[in-house]
Amino acid sequence: MRSEPASSAEIVVEVHDLVKRFGTFTAVAGISFAVRRGEIFGFLGPNGAGKSTTIRMLCGLLAPTSGSGRVAGFDIVRETEQIKTRIGYMSQKFSLYDELTVEENIDFYSGIYRLPRAKKSERKEWVLTMAGLRDHRRTRTGVLSGGWKQRLALGCAVLHEPSILFLDEPTSGVDPNSRRRFWDLIYELSGRGVTVFVTTHYMEESEYCDRLGVVYRGELIALGTPRDLKTLHMQEAVLDLECDRPGDARELIERLPEIREAALFGRGVHAVARAADPAPALAAIRAGLAAAGFKLVRLERITPTLEDVFVSLIESRDRADAPQQEVAR
Amino acid sequence: MNLRRLRAMARKEAIHIRRDPRSLGLAIGIPMLMLILFGYALTVDVDHVPLVVWDQSGTTQSREFVAQFTASRYFDFRGAASDYAGLVRAIDERTALLALVIPPDFAGRLDAGRPAEVAAIIDGSDANTAAIVLGYAQAVAGVFNQRVALAQSLRATGRAAAPPLDLRPRVWFNEELESRNFIIPGLIAVIMGLIAALLTSLTVAREWEHGTMEQLISTPVKPAEVIVGKLIPYFVVGMVDVLIAVLMAVFLFHVPLRGSVTLLFATAALFLVGTLAQGILISVLARGQLLASQIAMVSTFLPAFLLSGFMFAIVNMPVPVQVITYIVPARYFVAIVKGIYLRGVGLTVLWPDVIFLAVFAALVLALAVTQLKKRLD
Repeated sequence: MRSEPASSAEIVVEVHDLVKRFGTFTAVAGISFAVRRGEIFGFLGPNGAGKSTTIRMLCGLLAPTSGSGRVAGFDIVRETEQIKTRIGYMSQKFSLYDELTVEENIDFYSGIYRLPRAKKSERKEWVLTMAGLRDHRRTRTGVLSGGWKQRLALGCAVLHEPSILFLDEPTSGVDPNSRRRFWDLIYELSGRGVTVFVTTHYMEESEYCDRLGVVYRGELIALGTPRDLKTLHMQEAVLDLECDRPGDARELIERLPEIREAALFGRGVHAVARAADPAPALAAIRAGLAAAGFKLVRLERITPTLEDVFVSLIESRDRADAPQQEVAR
Repeated sequence: MNLRRLRAMARKEAIHIRRDPRSLGLAIGIPMLMLILFGYALTVDVDHVPLVVWDQSGTTQSREFVAQFTASRYFDFRGAASDYAGLVRAIDERTALLALVIPPDFAGRLDAGRPAEVAAIIDGSDANTAAIVLGYAQAVAGVFNQRVALAQSLRATGRAAAPPLDLRPRVWFNEELESRNFIIPGLIAVIMGLIAALLTSLTVAREWEHGTMEQLISTPVKPAEVIVGKLIPYFVVGMVDVLIAVLMAVFLFHVPLRGSVTLLFATAALFLVGTLAQGILISVLARGQLLASQIAMVSTFLPAFLLSGFMFAIVNMPVPVQVITYIVPARYFVAIVKGIYLRGVGLTVLWPDVIFLAVFAALVLALAVTQLKKRLD
């Protein structure tokens, strides 16, 4: 696993062996990584993997149980207030004031961030334009749709033009169109040199990131560019096939000794071979399906999708953890 | 503390209050309602005591004696009983609180210059009232005694003998001994304390519940700016309440306001800051709106009602309870309000109470600021 960034660009976020325990529950179990200036760094993982806990520690909202880290050059344990002037944070739950109008929310945060008077109206107009809320400036925030709320929240988080932006599942519960539009904004900010740290559990979203950390049960189980993850973390061949009765076919394929796992994917099945060489697996599937009377439409080796990588990483981690858990019991 | 952030915070909080007219209505309406309810209902005045008489004498002298009672506004004649059982029934049914039994030889003994015995039966179930009724009855009997003695000495010696002792009471401050004059000023203090703490007990807890606090603490805002910024608009609401209560006391209840109005409002402001800060502190610690409002209610209303000396004199309390009253801020404000209203005294007398209010406000405010952690754990 590559944990060091390849280029020598300035590192603006870095953590070492970060641990957070709540009582006996370990939410984050020793994570280390570094983020370069201007990067869009994604944290991909299922719910409860420790993504929010990590982001909150980076923003100075939670004190780590052990480990260390720096954000924008400041210590995440001792210099949280310095960090807070330099970052923008958008929490998972919408957290602007519903009773206030769009404009009042913006005014409030520009007061809290002490924007100079000259800058204030300029930034306000920028946020209103960016969020598409020019015609709704006097609308109560509570009645806005999800996409608007989320763009307004982003706007309020970047009012003071922070150099690092932390977004905790910013697009959850938002329609795909708004999600796409939101990512355009993230790209725009990134283009201006803002470092973006974003957590997500959407696969297609993680493809938009420059680099990606995969977290599972509080641990960072893979780290790299989406392309790296697909090639380096997935040495076994991935096969895509289309046939009738894909559900039954999947069960049959998974029982083949040449196949490690098989999952339904779209209208077809993705199967992961046990080896990098796809030939034995291809032959076994062809033979197996023919013997059982399935009508095979298409069978080919493909470049794995992030979802393949993600599923494969998690399953191999579960397999590795299983014996330990037996002992632990 | 930064003024821009403070102003942003205060403005935001003021918008919250404006957008929630129901809460604002309650904040203004509840003190008025409480003042009216308690102002009229809470009275410890005892007058128009129902009286029955079993007059076995039936003479001019005995009727004169009864007339002494019924002529005063303190007693209402509710009828004559013809036997002992009639008296008992009247007391049992609470149609009478006081029953007089005048013996058959009443006039005879008086004429002979010998003491006549009159039995006075008092319903003692309400000890306080009974003690007051007893006092009234003794006073009336005393006046009657003097008149009889005077008449006798006049007859015997030809001149009126002066009684050996003549007590001339002068009541100060509350000349009519109206309990309302004593209750209303203290009531203002009790109601202010309750409302102030209730108002602010929700503010921080609500932000934790709605998740807006997480966003707020990710900014460089300082705890002092959050606390003081939230306090400012509620302070304005509280001062409006004070104004309404003071006006109601003067114009509705006709309580004399003898001291400095400026001092009254200045000390009210000090008391408000302390209790508003107490509400915020509760809100910071409880993190839930329901719990916070309940704690605010219990921690302000009960001590203010029972331990402030607003109705129940502190000197009559057991010593351990007296000690507790020293940490009840309402105690000091009740003393100040009563002092200003009835006695018309100023800072020369009230300064210790004012100092305590200032110390309490500063202490609780500082505590609230240090307890507001910009962390989620």
